[in-house]
Amino acid sequence: MKRILLAVVVLALAAGCASGSDAQRREVLLATTTSFQDSGLLDDLVSDFALKTGYRIRATAVGSGAAIALGSKGDADVVFAHSEQAELDFMAQGNGERRVKVMHNDFVIIGPATDPARARGQGSLAAFRAIAAAKATFYSRGDKSGTDVFEKNLWRQAGVTPSAPWYIEAATGMGQTLQIASEKRAYTIADRGTYLARKGGLALDILAEKEPPLFNYYHVMTVSPAKHPRVNSLGALAFVDYLVSPETQRRIQQFGVAKYGEPLFYPDAP
Amino acid sequence: MELIVQGIVEAARRIVTLDRDVLDAASASLAVSGTATALSIAIGIPLGALLGLGRFPGRNAVLSVVNTGMGLPPVAVGLFVAVLVWRSGPLGGLDWYCTRPAIVMAQLILAGPTVIGLTAVALQSVDPMLRTQLTSLGATGVQSAWLLVRESRLLLISAALAGFGAVISEIGASLMVGCNVKGDTRILTTAIALETSKGEFGTAFALAFILLALVFAVSAVTTWAQQRPRPL
Repeated sequence: MKRILLAVVVLALAAGCASGSDAQRREVLLATTTSFQDSGLLDDLVSDFALKTGYRIRATAVGSGAAIALGSKGDADVVFAHSEQAELDFMAQGNGERRVKVMHNDFVIIGPATDPARARGQGSLAAFRAIAAAKATFYSRGDKSGTDVFEKNLWRQAGVTPSAPWYIEAATGMGQTLQIASEKRAYTIADRGTYLARKGGLALDILAEKEPPLFNYYHVMTVSPAKHPRVNSLGALAFVDYLVSPETQRRIQQFGVAKYGEPLFYPDAP
Repeated sequence: MELIVQGIVEAARRIVTLDRDVLDAASASLAVSGTATALSIAIGIPLGALLGLGRFPGRNAVLSVVNTGMGLPPVAVGLFVAVLVWRSGPLGGLDWYCTRPAIVMAQLILAGPTVIGLTAVALQSVDPMLRTQLTSLGATGVQSAWLLVRESRLLLISAALAGFGAVISEIGASLMVGCNVKGDTRILTTAIALETSKGEFGTAFALAFILLALVFAVSAVTTWAQQRPRPL
């Protein structure tokens, strides 16, 4: 029995050591949108950042809405999001210290090649109106993620209030939503990165792309140490500096080119 | 079909070449679920013995709570533990969010009741005459409990295995409190979910096969320990 207890204590310590508390200030807690992780860019930058600065990023990929919520409670040191209005509210409420534009990608409106709603080739807003007029099935993320907010904003700009039964909330991540839309021969909207990564297995064509209403900007925000004294402010600022450095910006631009033949993200840092 | 074949080929390749990411995820899974199971045995067997052999007011109520605990929804446990370990939460000072100890804690909550409940049942199913005999031979309560635990060890091994099985294949809680940090809290199940959402089905399949192999290996070793012939 004593031996078992000893083994248990040793194991517990071993598990604990992997993220021991003495090394805590070398750890930066990042709350981020899922597309940053699903594209593979997050893992790439996190290991590069660790190599260059010695900081370890602990990232929780939860969607822009939840990421901003975590930041506003001081539960994260730095927030990476693409949800313009929510970010501005976050800063206005004094939760953030620095907010910097890092990059953008673009959304694509996609649907079955047969395009029963005739949404193709007339721009994003007209495409949305065509889908609504035809009451063609449209899958929304429905999870308050940055993509979800972006899509709902686009419907507003198009002057349409989407409704059931043709408008369906999948309440899941981007990859899954694409899969569902493809299986159901329906329309949806996706960030180009996830679409390119999944394109091979999907029966979905691009119907609208590469125009300003579809551009999607990512910002990084450090959580204010004045409001939340426990945050690792130095680590958070180091991550921001890293993201906007010319070298990292080039790394972002090159990410995915070898695999997809085009960049997934375009650097925007000043 | 092509995807399944691709997946199997990819799985074989990654296992043969000892792929770093796959090894990391597999060892992380073993470390956290092994620790959680060990802790749940250390805590669960004494508590289970107390519940199975003891007689005290409120015992039935406690047993009902434990039995409910055997079917706790992992996402609910994940949410509960996340709220506890967020910096704004009561255990925020530990700074455990997105760390292995947080996953161990969540998995302990999931596996603990299973071990406690099955231990209580196992000890109760020992022939009651044996207990009477032990008492009449002058054994103290603790001594006789220890002998009864040894007597029912085959069932207790099954209890431990049930606890391990529940946590090694668990994803909801581990993802919510561990955050799937590469090389640290990225365990097999969360890695499978991530690779699937990235569209890397081959890698996802490889990881899934490795998870199955791991569960099988642990079960096989335990079953061997349980079933090997022993002196009477």
